[in-house]
Amino acid sequence: MAVSSLAGIDESAVVAQAREGDTTAFGELVRRYEGKIFRLAQHVTQNREDAEDVLQETFMKAYEHLDQFKGDSKFYTWIVRIAVNQALMKLRRRKTDKSVSLDETIDTGEDMVLREIAAWGEDPEQQFSREELGGVLDTAIQSLEPLYRSVFVLRDIEELSTEETAEALGLSVPAVKSRLLRARLQLREKLTRFFKRKGDDAFAYM
Amino acid sequence: MLTCKDFLSELSDYLDEAIDAGLRSKLERHITECPNCWVIADTTRKTIQIYKGMEPYPIPPDVESRLMKALEKKMAAKQK
Repeated sequence: MAVSSLAGIDESAVVAQAREGDTTAFGELVRRYEGKIFRLAQHVTQNREDAEDVLQETFMKAYEHLDQFKGDSKFYTWIVRIAVNQALMKLRRRKTDKSVSLDETIDTGEDMVLREIAAWGEDPEQQFSREELGGVLDTAIQSLEPLYRSVFVLRDIEELSTEETAEALGLSVPAVKSRLLRARLQLREKLTRFFKRKGDDAFAYM
Repeated sequence: MLTCKDFLSELSDYLDEAIDAGLRSKLERHITECPNCWVIADTTRKTIQIYKGMEPYPIPPDVESRLMKALEKKMAAKQK
């Protein structure tokens, strides 16, 4: 693909050119979003090989079906939806992963995880190097169940709206909200073990 | 009077600023009186902020070059 001179050009213009069959314009869209899509795929599949497949399949499908993109949502939201579908399909196919049930019913709120109640220091992330912090954050996310993980990744990392997340995952808005709350509280709990203020313990405020 | 359970069930919308002013002031009053809920709200807010601040890792060059090759092949096939 040719090196793009389209960097910085408004997205809808680039999408329009890509739809006309301009491969350089499509290449520019790939370059804008490949990093985020790869990260999303890694978070959802938790497997690098699957994530690479998802990345390729996402942009292949986007290229193939570009005429179906109507421009009523952002291009990014549209490809995120493709990527999430591909990634969830990978999870379903990986039969050895018995924890994957995408239509499980989840108890919403009676048993929220709140064992660690300890304040954090200011800027807790400053205590860690970038790599260490990345490791802590990734490990915490990996420990979430797939549907909690997907909701959290879309809402709080990729910053999709509740409605966009619901659409991408085929869930209702209340289901997205309850899973998001659970995911946030579980992550908070896990990160508290790393970030709590020295000298505080779980019962300091009880 | 709002209970801790009520507070927690609204926590996400509270942090996302997706609630009306009336409920907001009730929730805020609760956290001035309940140190546990204050800590949970504060650390949950920080949790979200830390994840939002995560930059995507640069895509590994080998992964990108395989992606570009696959796409070029696809584009060439479509243009025939």
